[in-house]
Amino acid sequence: MGKRVAICAVAQIKNEGDLWHARFQNMLLECFESVMQQTGVTFDMEKGIRNVVTCSDDVFDARTISNNGMTDVVGAHLRGEEKMAQESLNGLGYAMASILSGHDDAILFMGHMKESQGESRRMVSNLSFDPFYCRPLGLDNMNMNALQARAYGQRSGVQEEHLARIVVRSRKNAKKNPYARENEEIDEAKVMSSPLLADPLRELHYYPITDWAFGMLLCCEERAKEFSKNPVWITGFANCMDSYFPGDREYVSNFSLKKASERAYKMAGIKDPKKDIQIFELCDHAAYQLPMWAEGIGIVDEGKGGAWVDKGGMDKFHVNLSGGMLNGNPFLLGGAARAIECFYQLRGEAGDRQVDGVKKALAHGTYGAAGQHQAVVIMEA
Amino acid sequence: MAHRKKNKNVGIIGIGQTKYSSHREDVNQPEMIHEAVKAALEDAGITMNDIDCVVHGNMELFEMVHQPDLWHVIGTGAYGKNCIRITTGGTVGATIACAADNFVASGMYDIVMAIGFQKLQEGHTTGGITNMADPLWFRNLQTGALTGSKAYDVIREFGEERGKRASLMYRIIMDKHACLNSLAHRAFGLEFEQIDELIRTSPKLVGDLKLIDMCSQSDGACAVIFAEEKKAKKISKKPVWIRDHITIHREETFNIFGYDEKFPVQTTMRVAAENLYKRNGIGKPLEYFDVFEMYDPASWWALDWLRDFFLLKGDEHLRLVENKDIMIGGKMPINPSGGVIASNPISATALIRVAEAALQIRGDAGKHQIPSPVRHALASGFGGTMWTVLMMLEKELNW
Repeated sequence: MGKRVAICAVAQIKNEGDLWHARFQNMLLECFESVMQQTGVTFDMEKGIRNVVTCSDDVFDARTISNNGMTDVVGAHLRGEEKMAQESLNGLGYAMASILSGHDDAILFMGHMKESQGESRRMVSNLSFDPFYCRPLGLDNMNMNALQARAYGQRSGVQEEHLARIVVRSRKNAKKNPYARENEEIDEAKVMSSPLLADPLRELHYYPITDWAFGMLLCCEERAKEFSKNPVWITGFANCMDSYFPGDREYVSNFSLKKASERAYKMAGIKDPKKDIQIFELCDHAAYQLPMWAEGIGIVDEGKGGAWVDKGGMDKFHVNLSGGMLNGNPFLLGGAARAIECFYQLRGEAGDRQVDGVKKALAHGTYGAAGQHQAVVIMEA
Repeated sequence: MAHRKKNKNVGIIGIGQTKYSSHREDVNQPEMIHEAVKAALEDAGITMNDIDCVVHGNMELFEMVHQPDLWHVIGTGAYGKNCIRITTGGTVGATIACAADNFVASGMYDIVMAIGFQKLQEGHTTGGITNMADPLWFRNLQTGALTGSKAYDVIREFGEERGKRASLMYRIIMDKHACLNSLAHRAFGLEFEQIDELIRTSPKLVGDLKLIDMCSQSDGACAVIFAEEKKAKKISKKPVWIRDHITIHREETFNIFGYDEKFPVQTTMRVAAENLYKRNGIGKPLEYFDVFEMYDPASWWALDWLRDFFLLKGDEHLRLVENKDIMIGGKMPINPSGGVIASNPISATALIRVAEAALQIRGDAGKHQIPSPVRHALASGFGGTMWTVLMMLEKELNW
């Protein structure tokens, strides 16, 4: 058994603000059929898919055991299905483990999220705080991000103008991505005058509500060619949990992202991410996070995020050519969206956004208040 | 079935459980989890520094905490570590055991701790389970976990008197086991002479499912530590080896719209058992296994599932119960711990089955230890729309 796991195919629907006409099962079916058609994989218990890993969220779906409503459309009837209930990139890590363990040859990995059907994303994230101390204060991911944004701005020199430039670039990049949300192209002045959500976060600094679904087929190294002529390889995965209480954590330390990326680099044999990796896809839920996470993964010197943006670091390092989360992916599926973009780039199928000679790519996923939990996947052509 | 040899052998080296109870108002969620984590680390003789990854599992809508692994980090000890959260409903405790096994076998992590937890007093269990159903088609019909259909099936096949007596016989055997387990939630001290009285007097829940047939809702947590072969042998004097596991789900709409009396949809218990035994060369499971920790949320279900799990025919499963072969000391002891009927902190429940099966193999189950040697054990998880997870545990690495 090798150390590599193949991604043989990916599928996705277009990111949309409100897919009112489709249930999540409809969204998934489209992805499922595409993976089947691309790979010819079967559900034969000897040679085909015996286990499915899914990603969905009970609270966003307002359904206990949210995977229960999707087992039929992902083909899990009378076979295995296991739901990764964190940020979706961790599902790739789990699928990888299931294959490297020898337990499964092939894993279908699918996920969905309809953010549009919830009343309020902030109410959901308020529920991720403990009911005694933090929840009654009204803490949610947005106001925690605002605290982090303020602290990071002070430390890194990232100012209002930098944030505006990040948002404008995200929209511009996304225009070249056929699966990205259709958002209006804007200028920096518009970003700087958009309404404040939680000071210093403005509306256009924050990722928009989106519905989306995806599918991927993963396979062991020995059998990858059965399903794809040019598979993409996952060679590194790690994640890390930071502490929970606001007072216990240094918000701009990048503690958990540094640990996760160090461990993923070690697994993939990467010595210097600046030299070894050509594509970086980061989960920028808010504009300030793009340079901050870039510091965390080690492509920007600590506290130098502002200067890095000024010097064109985002383009030089090919960060979020897909448009990133700022242009719109659902909250917990950002990591899978990042991995799918890396897949296209590594296969040379990224269309107008293609970068020449991409050999290695990094996909990042995060969830929890102000990036409490971080995950990193390394992919190779 | 094509199934590769495991990349690495995986052994259970530490087990920790809390007391199971209807109300743990003395602790909050992370504190309760911490009790199980601390006990598991002490059992293994290691510290949190030795753990590479924590696998967390529960159903968040039961307590209404979104992504609870974030808050629970205080009790799980996952700070600075890899941390994965996997949930599959009632089966989640078994699924996180499978996930921990996969992570260790993959070579990605050497030592992984799986933690299942539920604090059902903080939510509304039946409401939570009802929310599982499709909002357009089935939610108005759902009765949560209270399902009378299995009682109906057993009675239709074997008659009212025999069915009801066998169900109560199973129930009382479980209670006798629970009375030996100091962690069990409900342990009434029932006697076999009470069977007829209980059939007559226990309040009905749905159809012929009575209050006495059904599990309680409990608070509690369970932690199990898994390690790769070399470390397992070094750390533990008696590691318990995970031989294999299988997960079989079933989709409800296929059964409701596709039901045919001549060709009923297969049960996930039988599909899981058949596939697992086939790929491990187990011809006679009733002879092979020494103990079975089964997820038995109600005595009617348990009674019926014995037939599928052991690939039995006709009324063999009823006779196992009627002859008390499933008691501690019997031919095939089922749930020496008292089972789910005695304690059901839902997302911990299926992990408790794995933990108790491992304790039996180690010979460390205390008063509920079965008297004969335990070399091969089976543990099951149940949840969702009749989903099954089965795990095989072994005393020796010799398959």
